[in-house]
Amino acid sequence: MLNRDEDILKAAEDWQKAGHGVALATVVETWGSAPRPAGSSLVINDDGTFLGSVSGGCVEGAVVTEALDVIASGKPKMLEFGVADETAWNVGLSCGGTIRVFVEKVGQS
Amino acid sequence: MKLQTLHQLNAERAARRPVILVTDTESGEQRLVKAADFGADPLRAELAKQLRMGKSGMIEAGGKKLFLNVYAPTAKLVIVGAVHISQALAPLARSLDYDVTVVDPRTAFASPERFPDVPLIAEWPDVALPPLNIDHYTAFVALTHDPKIDDPALLHAFERDCFYIGALGSRKTHAKRGERLRAQGARDSDISRIHAPIGLPIGAVSPSEIAVAIMAEITAQLRLPKEAKEAAA
Repeated sequence: MLNRDEDILKAAEDWQKAGHGVALATVVETWGSAPRPAGSSLVINDDGTFLGSVSGGCVEGAVVTEALDVIASGKPKMLEFGVADETAWNVGLSCGGTIRVFVEKVGQS
Repeated sequence: MKLQTLHQLNAERAARRPVILVTDTESGEQRLVKAADFGADPLRAELAKQLRMGKSGMIEAGGKKLFLNVYAPTAKLVIVGAVHISQALAPLARSLDYDVTVVDPRTAFASPERFPDVPLIAEWPDVALPPLNIDHYTAFVALTHDPKIDDPALLHAFERDCFYIGALGSRKTHAKRGERLRAQGARDSDISRIHAPIGLPIGAVSPSEIAVAIMAEITAQLRLPKEAKEAAA
């Protein structure tokens, strides 16, 4: 089933209310042929469960890992992924684009 | 993101009201700007532009890098008339991300065989339309050519502030329609909102081409700034 953005943000709220640590990752900038436009988001909870997407599945694994750090620290992070990146072989975007993803904790005071 | 911000964001979205979330990507500071507050906001020009385009993106303001995340309601298209043009229009509109509904009380027209995968309501407009919650983010087209169906449907659309209203018919047909609607209480300002003849003038002949002309006109209405629309009119 496809998750529309409204379901993703609803899940973020529901998970937080259920006592989970939750992070929201949002595409803020794209260059070249990026798979998902700015504003696309992925919500992650402290189980590692996630909904939505910030790419076509290329970098979600890495974003989830970083999101768990953000949940623990409470500090937002900016991530960048692209083929020029050193980690390209691991988590690069096969389409050749570059994306920046802002990761923040949900429920910060 | 503060829980309160997320809660407000979800509430505004559920009510189909547009909002923009402004995030300082360096400090993580955020504020939510509701549609009603756009006019008084220091970033109003940028907010209005991003909302019109339905596009999120980074801007620089006051030495800060800000991400404007635009949450505009999904646009709806309500098609009155399960006619041949509608068979081309419904899938075209869906490919442009509209939520499409087709209304026609004539069950011979409103059949799932003719409209696979499209929500169909085989009822008269007075029954079918009120539950659809037609709003400003709705484009409304009346295509039956039958005043018994199109006229009440158009009267409903006037009440709901649709961003686009179009009706099939020649100038002559449309002039007669105007007289009938006026007799039923419509104002001149309502009638002048109807795009008729429907669609951009691209010489469309086939139902599919007419569907393209209609979607082009709807897109222009949705995306062009006000001044450009006035110049084109």
